[in-house]
Amino acid sequence: MVATAHSAPSSTPISITLRVWRQAGPNQSGKFVEYPAKNLNPNMSFLEMLDVVNDGLEAKGEEPIAFAHDCREGICGTCSLVINGKPHGPHRGIASCQTYMRSFNDGDVIVVEPYRAKPFPVIRDLITDRSAFDAIQQAGGFITVRPGSAPDANAIPVPKDNADLAMDAAQCIGCGACVAACKNASAMLFVSAKVGHLGLLPQGQAERDSRVLNMVAKMDELGFGNCTNQYECSAACPKLISHDFIARMNRDYLGATFRQAFKPKSNAAGGGA
Amino acid sequence: MATLDSKIPSGPLADKWRKHKIDIKLVNPANKRKYHVVVVGAGLAGASAAASLADLGYQVTCVVFHDSPRRAHSIAAQGGINAAKNYQNDGDSVYRLFYDTIKGGDYRAREANVHRLAEVSVNIIDQCAALGVPFAREYGGLLANRSFGGAQVSRTFYARGQTGQQLLLGAYSSLSRCVGQGTVKLVTQHEMNDLVVVDGHAKGIIARDLKTGKLARIAADAVILATGGYGNVFNLSTYARGSNTTAIWRAYKRGACFANPCYTQIHPTCIPVSGDYQSKLTLMSESLRNDGRIWVPKNKADVKKAPAAIPEADRDYFLERIYPSFGNLAPRDVSSRAAKRMCDEGRGVGETGLGVYLDFADAIQRYGKQAAARANLHDATAEKILELGEAAVAERYGNLFDIYKEITDESAYKQPMRIYPAVHYTMGGLWVDYNLMSNVPGLFVLGEANFSDHGANRLGASALMQGLADGFFVVPYTIGDYLAGQKPGSRPSTDHAAFAAAEKNVAELILRLLSIKGKEPVAHYHKRLGKIMWDHCGMSRTKEGLTRAIAEIQALKKEFWSNVNIPGSAESLNQALEKAGRVADFIELGELMCRDALTREESCGGHFREEYQHPDGECLRDDVNFAHVAAWEFQGEGNPPLRNIEPLNYETVKMSVRSYK
Repeated sequence: MVATAHSAPSSTPISITLRVWRQAGPNQSGKFVEYPAKNLNPNMSFLEMLDVVNDGLEAKGEEPIAFAHDCREGICGTCSLVINGKPHGPHRGIASCQTYMRSFNDGDVIVVEPYRAKPFPVIRDLITDRSAFDAIQQAGGFITVRPGSAPDANAIPVPKDNADLAMDAAQCIGCGACVAACKNASAMLFVSAKVGHLGLLPQGQAERDSRVLNMVAKMDELGFGNCTNQYECSAACPKLISHDFIARMNRDYLGATFRQAFKPKSNAAGGGA
Repeated sequence: MATLDSKIPSGPLADKWRKHKIDIKLVNPANKRKYHVVVVGAGLAGASAAASLADLGYQVTCVVFHDSPRRAHSIAAQGGINAAKNYQNDGDSVYRLFYDTIKGGDYRAREANVHRLAEVSVNIIDQCAALGVPFAREYGGLLANRSFGGAQVSRTFYARGQTGQQLLLGAYSSLSRCVGQGTVKLVTQHEMNDLVVVDGHAKGIIARDLKTGKLARIAADAVILATGGYGNVFNLSTYARGSNTTAIWRAYKRGACFANPCYTQIHPTCIPVSGDYQSKLTLMSESLRNDGRIWVPKNKADVKKAPAAIPEADRDYFLERIYPSFGNLAPRDVSSRAAKRMCDEGRGVGETGLGVYLDFADAIQRYGKQAAARANLHDATAEKILELGEAAVAERYGNLFDIYKEITDESAYKQPMRIYPAVHYTMGGLWVDYNLMSNVPGLFVLGEANFSDHGANRLGASALMQGLADGFFVVPYTIGDYLAGQKPGSRPSTDHAAFAAAEKNVAELILRLLSIKGKEPVAHYHKRLGKIMWDHCGMSRTKEGLTRAIAEIQALKKEFWSNVNIPGSAESLNQALEKAGRVADFIELGELMCRDALTREESCGGHFREEYQHPDGECLRDDVNFAHVAAWEFQGEGNPPLRNIEPLNYETVKMSVRSYK
């Protein structure tokens, strides 16, 4: 684009056909249903297009297409559509809510599905239950600090490179697209992003081993599959989190397993005077 | 009439919080585990409060309407968090942060609350760094800062353009730790639909399971609402679509006073509206004003020209011109109104004429030259400098430029952004005393949901500060003062008649909504309400407009309750029903906001009444008649609410004309 390109993007309306997964509830069978969507401004977002379709359904007394959404600016991780077979749609590095209708052509048939992964069961239509991600976080995705007990923030310098790399991993929005994109429904990218983020910081060292062991154990327990290093996860990630973090986590995991086996354990039962 | 005792401690300002912490009652550790606290909401304030109280030993239940606590809208805050660390050696102090915040709020906040906020700000940064929040750092490994509006020091800590996300994930990690340890019970996808009041005290909530429609009764010794702001009353705003007023509105209807509802923040730098299908306005962080310069063409004839074709001499950098000492970092309310005045003069840009430029060309040149000098490229070409400059700007604001590109299909590296003010935050909220307890004993309100710290205008990077201050460092102390007066084990059972009555109230409301079966979708009414509010209770307000708005909203309410169409049932996930309940509350709140704006016959901060302005268009406050908090009290359906007053007594700061010139 050149500096003189001042004209607004094209606003010639387009019409498309939606082929949407409808499922009344968990454990019920679902099916694809087609809905026409006409005269759409190409500058509207994909979710705004769904709003328009839903307003039409509601006005007729039909139940709207249920889909998860909230911030609509790509940061909350709520939206979770599989558009034409791709989690978050055709573009790299964005969430479903940041997909605009200008990405589609007049006359297109667009297939919209929920995530398909066993640990993310469908709740209704396009909404899945991703509470498994919370359970993994609860198993170890934290640094234990009670409020009031922290040292001065500048007492612990963090090399800028490490802080930047930790931030790259910390950007994960917890949307689950990595799982949806993986043929094994592996959560390795999600887990490794948290393990990498906290493991890169000096503050995260005390619990580094227990964190990776507990989070991986929980991930396995919840039915997420194994990683076969094909990196569909990174490609689908709206924050383009690198699969290098998976390698980093594998190193951490191996080291932690080894140390766990040989580390002497104190007999002290905690407490004190 | 409600009793509004602010419980501000006596003594010198700087000693009040320290003294108060000594004076208030404590609950001994063995008794803490006998009290149950329900926290509604898990944004910065809710998550930090739930984790802190659990760490103290209380039983805690945290209820959120999202599918995960990590979705709360604190996550979308971009620019940063203020703290009086003075790491930059530039003259910052607790007093200066306090003073900037009081002045920024146009002398309509409580001195004691704001001073406490400034005091604990330093602890927040320590806590968050310890939790592993990846704040921006300098090469030596120490924390970096930048500047935000309304301040002449650099005290804003940040994590790229995603500070809210990183802080929220920090608070969420603490909450997750407690859930994993079994000290917090997390209840997701449940929306609070009513507050249960027993013998005048808040003792529980009714929450609707959004997946199954079942109503749950949750009894507690104290209730904490940390449910965020109500800016979606305008329909179009920078809020998440799900953000709503339902929890605090239903608490208002149970007797909690709603303070200063008309104080709304309109953020100057948002991407302009493009069409009537629009569901959301996207913020471009205030941090951009560190480096971006805001301008419009000097001549109306130039507004449709390409910005590059307008020579420097024909540009009006209006913030730098009108407010030379703060320039592009003038506070949000002041900057928004200035942009509106430029557009009203016919000098706005873009297709609709409702836009001004935010230009990075100078910053790209400056950073490019600096980078070339650092790399010893003394004869760098203009192209090289441009390349280095764009890279430097990308490092600081890359994600914001990406968002701008996705939405507008334009590159802000190559041409200036077009921006316009949009609704962003609400300073008003439920009235609370110094302990953050509302006038209903046992009901605490934290973060954006309360009214206490920002007066009539909030400074940038102060919302994150307040949310975490309330949750990590204020309510863990002050809730003890209330609970110590409640006998352990005295909380009512969920079989109490008050629970049954509240549950019946909710069930009947849902049934009424579902049985209307009219012709219009919920969104239709939300859009119409939003338009009334933006036109008459937005950036500028008049007596005539507000009077008309109240009548229009009352008519809209009637129409909504006779013509909305909500398909589906109450027994399953029903997003149309969820929206309907929220919009019904927004309609009622909208009327209250207009009443508040109508009664406040002065201009202050974000509340601008056209009748009350200085000749240069700045706010004309009336400290004689309006140096008070207006706390509205519900008087039953169909009756006008009662306006209670809490006078604002300034002991330290002198209320003066707020100038950024």
